[in-house]
Amino acid sequence: MTSGFVRHRRSKQAIATFTVFEADLLRSLAAQLVELLHNESAIVAVERDPLEAMLDFSGPTTEPDDPVLRRLFPSAYRDDDESAGEFRRFTEGQLRDGKSRAAGTIIDVLEEAGLPPEPTGEDLMIDVELDQEHAMTWMRSLTDLRLALGTRLEVAEGDEDYWYSLPDDDPRGQAHHIYEWLGFLQETLVLAVK
Amino acid sequence: MTTASPEKVDRGVRQDLTPEEITVADTPWVTVVWNDPVNLMSYVTFVFQKHFGYGKKKAEKLMIEVHEDGRSVVSSGSREEMERDVQAMHEYGLWATLSKAE
Repeated sequence: MTSGFVRHRRSKQAIATFTVFEADLLRSLAAQLVELLHNESAIVAVERDPLEAMLDFSGPTTEPDDPVLRRLFPSAYRDDDESAGEFRRFTEGQLRDGKSRAAGTIIDVLEEAGLPPEPTGEDLMIDVELDQEHAMTWMRSLTDLRLALGTRLEVAEGDEDYWYSLPDDDPRGQAHHIYEWLGFLQETLVLAVK
Repeated sequence: MTTASPEKVDRGVRQDLTPEEITVADTPWVTVVWNDPVNLMSYVTFVFQKHFGYGKKKAEKLMIEVHEDGRSVVSSGSREEMERDVQAMHEYGLWATLSKAE
C-alpha cells in the first residue's frame, strides 16, 4: 500500500508510489467524476470566440439537482436567488470545465507513469512525480473526489464510529475506506507541497 | 432591463464621510467560508495561505473559526473582488458565499 506523497529532497517534486490497484482505483474515481460533471448540461467551452460566448445565454442559473454537483457548485449568495443565478450563469460552466480538466490530469499523469489501460499484473508499481502546478491540480481534484464520495455517503462530523461498526463486506463501509484513503493521500500531498 | 450595482452608484457621491464610514463604504462585501464535514483542516489552512497570501497563524485562526463557529469571514472588499474570491474558493472545493458586510 502506498505511503502517500513525500517531497523529494532535490527535485522538490511531490512523489508517490502506487500499487497498480491503487492507481487503477484513482483513475476510475477520476473518470467517474469527469462523467458526472458532464452528465447534467452546463456550458463548458471556455476557450472559444468571446462574442459567441457572450451571446450564449444557456448557462445554468439554478442549483444542480444532484447533491454532489450542488456541493461542488454551491450557491454564492445565500438569501438572494437572483444574484446567485447570475453568478452561476457566469461561473458554473468554467468551474465545471476546470474540475473536469483537473480530474483528467490525474488520469493523464497516472497513465504517463505507466498505468496500463487494463492492468493485469499485480506487482506493477506506478511512480508519480508532481511539480508544483500538477500538485495543486491533484490537490483540488482529490478534494472534489472526496466531496463527491463524502456527499454520496452523507458523512458527518464525528461519525467515525458508525463507519467502523459496519461489517467488512458492507459496500458503504468499503466506499468509506476509499474516502478515508483519499483523505490520507490529500493530507500527505498538502504536507509535501507546503 | 438592468440596474447598476448600488455600490457603483453610491461611491464618491458623499463628501462628508468620516474615515470609519469611508472604510465601510469601500469594503461593503465579505467572503464567508462555511464548515463542511469533508475538507481537511490542513488543506483549508493551506488554501487560505495560498489564495489570500495570509501567514500561517492567520490562516490557521480562520480555519479554526470555520471549524468551531461553523463559518468565518475570510476576506472583504468590493462585490466584484468577493465574487472572485468565492469563485476561487469553489475551485478549491471550499463552501463559500458572499454577502454585504454587517
